[in-house]
Amino acid sequence: MYRLMNRSHSHEGIRQACARGALVGLVLTFVALIGVFTAFATIYVVRGVLSLSQVLLALGPLLAGRAQKAGQRLSWREALAGGLSGVVAGTFVGLLALAVASVNMRAVLVNATPQLVRTLTFGLPLGLGVISLVGFGGLLGAAGAGWVHVPSRLRFSVALGLGTVVVLGALRQNGLAPVLAAVVLALVSGGAWLYKRQWQELQTSYELFRRRNESLLAVLRWPLALVFLLAVPYVLGTYGTSVLNLVGLYVLMGLGLNIVVGYAGLLDLGYVAFFTIGAYVTGLLTSPRSSLGVGLSFWAAWPAAMLAAMVAGVLLGIPVLRMRGDYLAIVTLGFGEIIRILVLSDSFKPILGGAQGIIEIPGPRLGGFQFVKPQHFYYLILLGCLLAVIVSRRLADSRVGRAWLAIREDEDVAEATGINIVKYKLLAFALGASFSGIGGAIFASWLHAIFPNSFTLLVSINILSLVIVGGLGSIPGVIMGALVLVGLPEVLRAFAEYRMLAFGALLVIMMLARPEGIWPAKRVREELRRG
Amino acid sequence: MATLEVLDIHSFYGSIEAVKGVSLTVEEGEIVTLIGANGAGKTTTLNTISGIIKPRQGRILLSGQDITPLPPHEIVALGICQAPEGRRIFTRLTVLENLEMGAFLRRDKDGVKRDLEHVFALFPRLAERRHQLGGTLSGGEQQMLAIGRALMARPRILLLDEPSMGLAPLLVREIFRIIREINAQGTTILLVEQNAHMALSIANRAYVLQGGRVVLSGTAQEIRHNPEVRRAYLGEVS
Ligand SMILES: Nc1ncnc2c1ncn2[C@@H]1O[C@H](COP(=O)(O)OP(=O)(O)OP(=O)(O)O)[C@@H](O)[C@H]1O
Ligand SMILES: [Mg+2]
Repeated sequence: MYRLMNRSHSHEGIRQACARGALVGLVLTFVALIGVFTAFATIYVVRGVLSLSQVLLALGPLLAGRAQKAGQRLSWREALAGGLSGVVAGTFVGLLALAVASVNMRAVLVNATPQLVRTLTFGLPLGLGVISLVGFGGLLGAAGAGWVHVPSRLRFSVALGLGTVVVLGALRQNGLAPVLAAVVLALVSGGAWLYKRQWQELQTSYELFRRRNESLLAVLRWPLALVFLLAVPYVLGTYGTSVLNLVGLYVLMGLGLNIVVGYAGLLDLGYVAFFTIGAYVTGLLTSPRSSLGVGLSFWAAWPAAMLAAMVAGVLLGIPVLRMRGDYLAIVTLGFGEIIRILVLSDSFKPILGGAQGIIEIPGPRLGGFQFVKPQHFYYLILLGCLLAVIVSRRLADSRVGRAWLAIREDEDVAEATGINIVKYKLLAFALGASFSGIGGAIFASWLHAIFPNSFTLLVSINILSLVIVGGLGSIPGVIMGALVLVGLPEVLRAFAEYRMLAFGALLVIMMLARPEGIWPAKRVREELRRG
Repeated sequence: MATLEVLDIHSFYGSIEAVKGVSLTVEEGEIVTLIGANGAGKTTTLNTISGIIKPRQGRILLSGQDITPLPPHEIVALGICQAPEGRRIFTRLTVLENLEMGAFLRRDKDGVKRDLEHVFALFPRLAERRHQLGGTLSGGEQQMLAIGRALMARPRILLLDEPSMGLAPLLVREIFRIIREINAQGTTILLVEQNAHMALSIANRAYVLQGGRVVLSGTAQEIRHNPEVRRAYLGEVS
């Protein structure tokens, strides 16, 4: 009886191992056919030795082997099951290589190229390549199965070392030289191995230190954060600072949209309109070549830009006061497009410049000091963001914030409770728009020129996404969202067009893993916990 | 002095006239009930009083002041507060937050605190669940919360729209007992009900609404003994 059960058990085990391998194999096939491997083949992690596509290819069987339920210690059965998963996954990839090599499928699958075959077979002759795919798959699968049983300290250090090599190598032009890679691996893994214990001690002693000096740290926290923020551009250099400036502008706008969507619960898909208005008002008022030609300074122009955006916010708000959900989304979307079409249109060309936009917008000037470098603008944007954070925080905790909360939760009940829906909705639209107006003003004076095609629907969608990904209604969430959604694609630029693919996958994974956002508002967090 | 006077109001949804000239008065300190079948126009009448719906014709006076053109929040500020039909509460806010939201217009912090304790004393079930989310309360508890929330605005006149709807008989009794208690403590009440029997047992006066018109009015006693009402609303077979 026991034997029988055991046997059916092992049959079940074989079936599951194959299923795991097949799943991984299918994923790898898909990834290959959308062209990722071909693109990553030229991104070397270790120069001339290991490419990013090989890393990715190896990761498949490893994960397939690793995915099974592990026993107390490594058994033959486990290792074999892991190896089987790896073999199956490898076979899928091998069959793909064979198929691509023998049948011309490029009409349907643009990425099924000879180059893909070469990448998948490591440049070996086809037969040998396929055999090694299957063989390596098996080995890696078995290794994956064994991985769980490696002592945790060793596992941690090796993983950290390998991870560091892959990240550094991929980000570096042409990858790390083999020797350098070995050195990095040895240093990081060895260091982690040696210091894992000390690291924990360090943490506990820091914890002790923190507890003992709580009040001191509380006093120092904000000055320290400020010093950090002020020092960042010196560490990052010009390119890094430009990226950060972009992130900062999105933080500013994200905080504005967060008031509208996160606090008041009004879905606004045309938020870019206020950014456009802020930028154009600034351009018109400051550029000597603009139709107004008044050539005001940035400092005189930005309040006007902010006010214009606020007025536009109210003007958008009035017709949509009674609209909900999807209607609101459509109308606001239309509003954003109308503004873009207006600035692009030929009829307003004499005033707004049409497709040529507005040029020669001067940068801000403080006394004799002219803002030119990204570092200079960094401080301007930082100031804007800090103000926006303070205003947002204050608002969220105020009576106004409570009114928005009520409207967001249930407009009808809010009305019956005596909350002035009209006033607070318009206030949300106006305040939200004002942040974006300031953002537009800074944007215009930073780039010195503005064109209608910078103000597309995509901007609205980006801002909305970062607010949602970060966590609706959460200020740190907006900042994290902007770093991930705006900063990360810039950093990933090395991956050319596949960055958006990797990025999209990351977003999907993130929203599945953390539907409440990266850093959700306290209220949302509590709700999820309570169930 | 009449506290609330509704004078010949006509309210429409688009071109459909749901209330066709309703007049009623609610004197200070009374419980007045508005009974009638489904679709008779009871909710519409209440919403018109609260300012959520604007009548096309007719006026509403509060202690002689014309409140017809005022927006809902100003009407709440003047002392008329409604607990809407269907246990409408903020489902994702806690009991405490719901009640605090009810006091949104008030600036007297100490008074709000006292009224909070008062509401918790009226509804001990809510006190036990003050940190529970509104949406996770039972139906009866949600109804209590809706009434409590309206009370937190410290209204002179409380408008209740079918507080007994969908509740078990025992809970219905409990709710009506509390309504009476609220009234005894000085709040005037306009009560809309399907449960005519219970409503008439606690009300001073009653109006019977049918097809958007008042077809009958009088003291609760009179209405209760009216043969027409007994047949139509009190489920008596004649
Ligand atoms: N939003 C609306 N749009 C159109 N017609 C409506 C609307 N609300 C109510 N009505 C109609 O107005 C009439 C009166 O409705 P009302 O809600 O006032 O009835 P009621 O007496 O409260 O009924 P019930 O006891 O079922 O709550 C009904 O015929 C109803 O169909
Ligand atoms: Mg009704």
